[in-house]
Amino acid sequence: MSIALSVILTAIVALLGLALAFGTLLGFASVRFKVEGNPIVDEIDSLLPQTQCGQCGHPGCRPYAEGIAAGEDINKCPPGGETTIQALADLLDVEATPLDAEHGEEKAKMVAVIREPECIGCTKCIQACPIDAILGSAKHMHTVIESECTGCDLCVEPCPVDCIDMVPVDQGIGDWHWNSPKDTNIIATDRAPGMTNTGAIH
Amino acid sequence: MTSTHASKIIASTRDLSDFHGGIHPQEMKSLSNQTAISKAALPPKLILPLQQHIGNASKVMVDIGQQVLKGQLLAEADGFVSVNLHAPTSGTIESISEQAIAHPSGQSDLCLTLIPDGQDQWCALSPSEDVTQLSNSEIQAKVRQAGIAGMGGAGFPTDIKLQPPKHANIEILILNAAECEPYITSDDRLLRERADEVVAGLNIVASVLQTTTCLIGIEDNKPEAIAALKAATQDSNIEICVIPTKYPSGGEKQLIKILTGKEVPSGKLPADIGIVCQNVGTVAAIYRAVRFGEPLISRITTLTGLQVQQRGNVEVLLGTPINWLLSQYGYQAAKRERLIMGGPMMGFTLTDTEIPVVKTTNCILAPNEKELPLAPPAQACIRCGLCADACPAELLPQQLYWFARGQEYEKAEHHNLFDCIECGACSFVCPSSIPLVQYYRHAKGEIKHQRADQQKSDQARVRFEARQQRLENEQAEKAAKRKARAEAAAKAQAAKKLAESQTTVIDSAKPEATQAAPIQADLKSQTEPTIDVVDLSELKTAWDEAQSKLDKMYDALDAAKENNPEQITKLSRAVEKNQMRVNQTKQAWQKASTKAGSETKTAIVTQTENETKAESQNASEETNKPDLAALETAYEKADSKLAKLENALANAKPEQVEKLTRAVDKNKDRVATAKAEFEAAQQALNQTDKADAPVLEAPVDIPALELAFEKADSKLAKLENALANAKPEQVEKLTRAVDKNKDRVASAKAELEAAQQALSQTDKADAPVLEAQIDIPALELAFEKADSKLAKLENALANAKPEQVEKLTRAVSKNQDRVKAAQDELEQARLNVAAATTTPVNESGTQ
Repeated sequence: MSIALSVILTAIVALLGLALAFGTLLGFASVRFKVEGNPIVDEIDSLLPQTQCGQCGHPGCRPYAEGIAAGEDINKCPPGGETTIQALADLLDVEATPLDAEHGEEKAKMVAVIREPECIGCTKCIQACPIDAILGSAKHMHTVIESECTGCDLCVEPCPVDCIDMVPVDQGIGDWHWNSPKDTNIIATDRAPGMTNTGAIH
Repeated sequence: MTSTHASKIIASTRDLSDFHGGIHPQEMKSLSNQTAISKAALPPKLILPLQQHIGNASKVMVDIGQQVLKGQLLAEADGFVSVNLHAPTSGTIESISEQAIAHPSGQSDLCLTLIPDGQDQWCALSPSEDVTQLSNSEIQAKVRQAGIAGMGGAGFPTDIKLQPPKHANIEILILNAAECEPYITSDDRLLRERADEVVAGLNIVASVLQTTTCLIGIEDNKPEAIAALKAATQDSNIEICVIPTKYPSGGEKQLIKILTGKEVPSGKLPADIGIVCQNVGTVAAIYRAVRFGEPLISRITTLTGLQVQQRGNVEVLLGTPINWLLSQYGYQAAKRERLIMGGPMMGFTLTDTEIPVVKTTNCILAPNEKELPLAPPAQACIRCGLCADACPAELLPQQLYWFARGQEYEKAEHHNLFDCIECGACSFVCPSSIPLVQYYRHAKGEIKHQRADQQKSDQARVRFEARQQRLENEQAEKAAKRKARAEAAAKAQAAKKLAESQTTVIDSAKPEATQAAPIQADLKSQTEPTIDVVDLSELKTAWDEAQSKLDKMYDALDAAKENNPEQITKLSRAVEKNQMRVNQTKQAWQKASTKAGSETKTAIVTQTENETKAESQNASEETNKPDLAALETAYEKADSKLAKLENALANAKPEQVEKLTRAVDKNKDRVATAKAEFEAAQQALNQTDKADAPVLEAPVDIPALELAFEKADSKLAKLENALANAKPEQVEKLTRAVDKNKDRVASAKAELEAAQQALSQTDKADAPVLEAQIDIPALELAFEKADSKLAKLENALANAKPEQVEKLTRAVSKNQDRVKAAQDELEQARLNVAAATTTPVNESGTQ
């Protein structure tokens, strides 16, 4: 009886000791290796198009990334479009939903262009540009640095003389790439007789 | 088919390897390799695209309408990876415009249009009799000058291939004469007819690269070309490697594998493993460029396909429109016209027939429908695996197909999509005729596009974060400046108060004196001298203090002159003011000292009486005062809360607006009630005051009223400012706020004026001397304030933006009026004082 009791006591003491040791270790680790901020926000942020346009209802891409991390819908980013939604869905392992039309439609890439003779040099667009892509100073003509412009639209509204146009990005030959072939859904017997594939060239 | 050639050829001494996969399509070379190279006639116009190569488009060096000579530089290489472009013949530049170019997209690009004048007159060239005498850099410069780009199809600038990176030790030079693609025979014919030029060019390249081994890889289906090469290389150590015919043995990596057994690692260049490959046409062009100084202005192109009658190879000027060229060689457009630039495996269908021949055009294929049928519609993939067997890059085409189709580009990349050379072998063997290569090309394009987007978004993020940081820094700087200014202002205020307390000492000297008066009234004979002594000493200290302050200011001014010149004007004004003050105190002291004897006791007595009366009334009023003050603070608190809320409302998000509006309304009510209560209390007080102590009420009330008026005025100014900078949706609200504040300012002003009037009336009746004396410092203060405000405004006006100028000008003029008014008042008050002091006996006598 007493032997059995002592065995039980030893076991309890040993387990308690282990629990304490690991508890201390884990407690120390959780303090020592604490990760500042939410790393998932960075990952989401890196997938967003960084136009800082605010169409999602957040004042920039990072706040939306924080929103998504907190459980917001992933389909509120029109500039990113379906590609971004797909990427976010893959990252977060959620269902990819179609773009929420409430926040706008996915449009072709745009770039802001200032009609320079009409610019009065008020610097309002410069203040509005979230990425400093507009050059100019007070009472001097402004111009958009095309390679930096994300086409976020934010400079259009503050312009007092409405001299900023959003134009589609010029798809030069360098940007062109092949289209995907159209999917056909046919079987062998659908083919016309004689249309066999003997050395046919695509 | 290949075995027939193989029997005729002496096997190379070199051990050849084989590459994985490959196919054996119908060669169709005999269609075009039977006739000698002919020279195409001079076309009526030449279209010269500025981008015929990989890299940056060339920069135009000529003007429209300019006469150019054959071989003249038309467009210059723009950057390292770019090539020159020369005039293929003499003539006039007709236009520089967008025209359709040889590109699978069918898009247009900038082209020069040259109208030949028929003279075909060369510009001055710089030939070299002995190319062995030239240094490497001279050869490289000549090649770059000649504008040669890889003529096998890719169009990579050749001069870059002649300057391999320093770390790469090029050991093997390979001449790619495999020409594995069906139909094309331009290299074959070139070797047969001009093997000497090719070998000379190869020797030049070998000498530049200082390679130890020089190989020629040629398929065994070109025995005549092999024979010609053998003849040309008899005395050299160039090794001719005859390889079995198999598509795509002409692929750079595949040829390297066959000849050397080495594999070019994924994502690397042949130069990284010490090998450089050159195309036959390219080395011939290098020879002509180095030996004769001729730029690349023509090339040999195969015209073939059953729709062309006189099939064969032509030496054609770059820029010759294809439809014109074909029409010269008996081309009949088929019902469903299809023209292919390049071979049947890797070429692309042209969308426009007026596309020019460019540096990379090795073949123009005009097949009929039977000869080269269109691919039948694709069927489902049956996972037969034939494509994997055929793939020369040892990829898994089937997997790549699924990933590309399912847009799983990341997985496709992991399966080495970018090692695909797009040779078309997989599509060729596919029993379901799936256009596999097109899927891969699309996937590659998409991935590149996404990479570019990612890069752009990263760049945008960096810029955005930099901007945020900058704005934060600016904010912090501004806050620090504001704090510093506030501290300075507080210090100045404290100094002013000190000065004021010094000046009020003069005033308080009198009450003190009056307190002493009753006793002194009894002791008539002794009092007068003592009062004068007290008064005079006080005045003297005030003067001294003012003088020392002035000295300090002079010091500060001197320091400012050295350090910050923008403060000089401010300081000098302050100095002037202090000078004035010193003078005043001095005068006061002198007057007091001269008047000490004439000052009568009766005046003092009256003052004492006034004072005691005032004190008794003051005590009775004391009961009302706390209530009023509490009410006032309550009102002010409520008002500031309201302002804060209104502010929040202006900046609020749409979902919060309703809530805030309600809060604002509630607070407005609260403010209104607080105001009403306060006003009621004030009125009650006023009435009691009017009845009881008109003299005392006014001095108490006026500063408070003035303060309120100024507060209201500054708030109005702030609001007007906000209105100027406001967003359109806020304008209405702000306008209303401005109006409300204007009313408030007006009422405050009216109240103030009323109070002042009442005061002046009562003062005239009661105690002008005392009032005037109390009033003067206050007026002076007001004047100074107004003056400094005016200066600030004028400063702001100087720095203002154009749209603000009007408003500021108005503000300035208003303030100027105010300053003038303050000055007038001040002078009036001084006059009053002077009048009062000169006739104190009479005035007090009426009491």
